[in-house]
Amino acid sequence: MALKKILEVTGTCVPAAGDDVDTDRIIPARYLKCVTFDSLGEFLFYDVRFDENGQLKNCSLNDVRFNGATILIAGRNFGCGSSREHAPQAIYRYGFRAIVAESFAEIFFGNSTTLGIPCVTVSRHDLGRIRKIVESEPKSEMTIDLTKETIRLRREKFPASILPSARDALINGHWDPIGELLQARGSVEERVAQLSYMAPG
Amino acid sequence: MGKTLFEKVWAAHAIRELPHGQTQLLIGTHLIHEVTSPQAFAMLRELGLSVPYPRRTFATVDHIVPTDRRTEPFSDPLADEMIKELRKNCAQFGITYFDIPSGKQGIVHVVGPEQGITQPGTTIACGDSHTSTHGAFGAIAFGIGTSQVRDVLATQTMAIGKLKVRRINVYGELSAGTYAKDVILHLIRKLGVNGGNGFAYEYGGGVFDRFTMEERMTVCNMSIEGGARIGYVNPDETTYAYLEGRPYSPKGNEWEKAVNRWKSYVSDSDCVYDDVVDFDAAEIEPTVTWGINPGQAVFISERLPVPEKATEDQRGSLAEALEHMKLRPGQPIKGTPIQVAFLGSCTNGRLSDFREVAKYIEGRRVAQGVKAIAVPGSQSVAAACKKLGIDRIFTEAGFEWREAGCSMCLGMNPDKLVGDQLCASSSNRNFKGRQGSPTGRTVLMSPVMVAAAAIAGEITDARQLFTPESHSFNSK
Repeated sequence: MALKKILEVTGTCVPAAGDDVDTDRIIPARYLKCVTFDSLGEFLFYDVRFDENGQLKNCSLNDVRFNGATILIAGRNFGCGSSREHAPQAIYRYGFRAIVAESFAEIFFGNSTTLGIPCVTVSRHDLGRIRKIVESEPKSEMTIDLTKETIRLRREKFPASILPSARDALINGHWDPIGELLQARGSVEERVAQLSYMAPG
Repeated sequence: MGKTLFEKVWAAHAIRELPHGQTQLLIGTHLIHEVTSPQAFAMLRELGLSVPYPRRTFATVDHIVPTDRRTEPFSDPLADEMIKELRKNCAQFGITYFDIPSGKQGIVHVVGPEQGITQPGTTIACGDSHTSTHGAFGAIAFGIGTSQVRDVLATQTMAIGKLKVRRINVYGELSAGTYAKDVILHLIRKLGVNGGNGFAYEYGGGVFDRFTMEERMTVCNMSIEGGARIGYVNPDETTYAYLEGRPYSPKGNEWEKAVNRWKSYVSDSDCVYDDVVDFDAAEIEPTVTWGINPGQAVFISERLPVPEKATEDQRGSLAEALEHMKLRPGQPIKGTPIQVAFLGSCTNGRLSDFREVAKYIEGRRVAQGVKAIAVPGSQSVAAACKKLGIDRIFTEAGFEWREAGCSMCLGMNPDKLVGDQLCASSSNRNFKGRQGSPTGRTVLMSPVMVAAAAIAGEITDARQLFTPESHSFNSK
């Protein structure tokens, strides 16, 4: 399957939350009751954005200065917890196209990559600097260059990392692997026949 | 040089290297449930794909099922739509489905092992992060997203990067009143909630050698809370004895062949791990969480941390957690009043959990003002408890005895916290809002500690509450 090659992402940013933001925070379990992902965007960070009466809370995601942001700035171990793809689906449908963090939880990282959402990491120090710039000048555009593994923000440049396999998949347009997986049908059949627990009994 | 179980199972299931460096891995056993599969089936239909190995996928319904009244249609129309969707998808693609009327329904990570579907030397994937549970049998088992559920349904394979292996030894003897749950909470506290990122955890040492399968499952279940998407124990006689005679276990001549094959997957004595960590069981005490991630935990005898004394790096997280939990820096956790007690989940919802608790609650009463619910992990667990009269012991003690499901582990069914209720819970996650109320508070602990909290009305040391009577903790 030919997919879009994701070489860079450019957009304004919103700084969100701190460390160890879990998937229940990203999309509370009570909003997982659905058979399609279509409307998940509206429930992204629901309990961060809304109080118990459904009123807007004071947080960066509700701050008009960050309206239109397409890059989410997170902390350490972002996306820990559940394997729910609902989390990156909600992030994507809300309008985000990339996430910058100090580190990501493994399953979340894989799920995001499969949806074509680059998850790049920067040092804690640089993350602090990025947050400072974004908070003081919310309209500054960031460019995440996946080929060069750098982030440009205002006149500053930061080294960024991404797992090589994810980087290659994104920049070559292979981030959704289903097409490649389907090609190996014959080898799969052979292996299934060799593994006795998989053979029809 | 020898190999680890992880490397052997990986090699047996690796189909090929994909161009961008990941491995196309054969998934021997695929488990599905109602929350993360409907969108995958929709993707299959959209792409016009079939399911070539329907016999290698098994389904059950767990997250959204009510645990009180089970008559359909469910009062929640969304839940009702989800169970109907699962039924339809399984029927259309020829997938075995342990539905409610089958008597085999339950939490997917309880059902797989008790049916004998979970076997050593296999790869197991499920759209649920607690799939690590199945590693207790020496399987390489891990949680996946919905696009990968689609991949496994359509190809019986998925793309995944190889992990490193960290061996975690727990030597010595656990003290009385300290359980498998305390072991894993302690490991997460010490190694960090992201310490396992990039690793499969191989658990071993005397404590694991002596653990029952259900205790091993409790530990492997929460590997993901430590950041490791895979956690496993090498199979041994305990494993084989558990599996013998189960519905999907190999039978007759096949049984012996299977056991020999399983033995061949055990990590070699001269294998090399990427990392090794040792723990002394004697140092572990009953452990409870106090914060908003499973690593924020203390021994029952300890006091909460003080943000001002923490590193600058940690201060913000500690303060946020204390604020959400409405607890004071430096206070003892013991004596914290509870409003709800939840006993169940894929971590601690098996027969041995209820049997152990029953020993202590017989003849006692849940404290006034505490809502205590006991939720078997599967219909089979419920039936076994009933046979032993355990359900009666719970109801006589003032617990509500419910039907099988995920229940209050996460707020996807009617069992939810209300407002800022504090819940003593045998489940696996204490994230903000996890138990269904955005301001709800969760304190994770072992089942016996949950029971002690339910009876005392506050978080307490079960070892003190339940003595000096002649009960012996941990007796099998």
